[in-house]
Amino acid sequence: MIELMEPQVRSSQQVDGPTKIEVRNLDFFYGKSQALKEVELHVPVHAVTAIIGPSGCGKSTLLRTLNRIYEIYPDQRAAGEILIDGSDILDRRFPLSDLRRRVGMVFQKPTPFATSIRNNVSFALSYYERLSKSQMSDRVEAALRQAALWDEVKDKLGASALSLSGGQQQRLCIARTLAVKPDVILLDEPTSALDPISTARIEELIHELRTSFTIVIVTHNMQQAARVSQRTAFFHLGELIEVGHTAQIFTNPRVQRTQDYITGRYG
Amino acid sequence: MRAVLVRRRIVDAIAFLFAIAATLFGLFWLFWILWTTLANGFGALNLALFTEMTPPPGSSGGLLNAFYGSIVMIGLAVFIGAPLGVAAGTYLAEHGRYSRLASIVSFLNDVLLSAPSIVIGLFVYELVVRTSGHFSGYAGALALAMILLPIIVRTSDEALRLVPDQMREAAFALGIPRWRVTAQILYKAAMTAILTGVLLGVARIAGETAPLLFTALNNQFWSSSLSAPLANVPVVIFQYAMSPYDEWHALAWAGALVLTLFVLGLNLVVRLLARRASK
Repeated sequence: MIELMEPQVRSSQQVDGPTKIEVRNLDFFYGKSQALKEVELHVPVHAVTAIIGPSGCGKSTLLRTLNRIYEIYPDQRAAGEILIDGSDILDRRFPLSDLRRRVGMVFQKPTPFATSIRNNVSFALSYYERLSKSQMSDRVEAALRQAALWDEVKDKLGASALSLSGGQQQRLCIARTLAVKPDVILLDEPTSALDPISTARIEELIHELRTSFTIVIVTHNMQQAARVSQRTAFFHLGELIEVGHTAQIFTNPRVQRTQDYITGRYG
Repeated sequence: MRAVLVRRRIVDAIAFLFAIAATLFGLFWLFWILWTTLANGFGALNLALFTEMTPPPGSSGGLLNAFYGSIVMIGLAVFIGAPLGVAAGTYLAEHGRYSRLASIVSFLNDVLLSAPSIVIGLFVYELVVRTSGHFSGYAGALALAMILLPIIVRTSDEALRLVPDQMREAAFALGIPRWRVTAQILYKAAMTAILTGVLLGVARIAGETAPLLFTALNNQFWSSSLSAPLANVPVVIFQYAMSPYDEWHALAWAGALVLTLFVLGLNLVVRLLARRASK
């Protein structure tokens, strides 16, 4: 029954805004084990797309293909196409530096570099752009403001980033990503290591960033997916089971497996 | 049930006693060595030790030339061994994780790490002393560098591996090229641990005698030339302790004490660094 319905669901996936990222027939392998199977997904521009599913379903894997970060590990391999603004980023000839500048990523655990708050933000920026000292401090300020961290750190930009709280560190990581002016932001369970208040701040931030960026968020927390996203994609065992408007996925899923997951029957 | 509990308690008490006894046994020798060095060396500590040259038998003097020679050779050994060692450690930890070559290099490094230092001394003797025709400070420094190198390779490899992969991923995700990530992010994160390795390596080579016997040998007079035989603390201690002269014995004890305190001090610095890093 389920198997019969899936092709229909996939073909009916409608896109609201213009498509920013188009995943076509994507397979992914960790060594010999396949983690993603024939994934087809459209990610609309200037919206938050949430990826949900039980542990090991491939949701983080999908995120990690979008900026090719998996390439650090030689035994990991992706096959298929991922078009961002129409060009295939899985193509070897696509310059990695360009890709990662345009597609920023924030990880599950805050990963501040062991240096000052200022240097954390300016580090990547100084690689991409030749800026004067005052231009640089303007850009650092702008990024920190955009990440809603400026007011808390403006008097101690020279302090070590490791002295910040977990939530502040995570916003610093977002600021660091925003500083190089990406189009797409990938968030890999960005709040799973944070307390509820820090989580709420990050969620507010995602709301604000949505208008100017394309955001893809992987989350274990279904309430979070419902709160922050406009579209939701449900993955199970490496396959995209269903994708649609977040409200529709959570209130009226078309596939039984989605229904089972969101009502907590497995996961 | 009760009997089992009683039995457990007795076994626990016996095991505990054995552990304490073993610890005390180890500490006993350590403190005996320290105490002997201190008792014999302290009396010979004076300003002349640091301002005068090694004396001929029967007259008084100091160890200035030996201290100078040791410092210069250790410095040169660090200058050669540290950059090479950190570079090789970086290769092992960052570039060679999945390569066969790296695991071979890593294995050979372990072999070198446990090679007897006298073998290294003989090797450098064949390589430098015999070909140049004379003992020299350069040969001594080279021998020390070869002992230092595998220590620094291993510790910097481990220091870099301790930096979590998430840090690498976060840096690579910004599109930063590999060399820049290594130079600006990973070295910074691993700095204390790498420095600790270098200091421990210095502590190790500071007391090495065997490799210097075959390379730098010794020099009774002041010589700042690295191409000539060079005085150094361990070999002076060795020769003076073997001699029949009381003045020389006293100088050997003083040298041993200074060397011991130097190594102790380095270890304390290492502990402090490690504590600061863990905060």
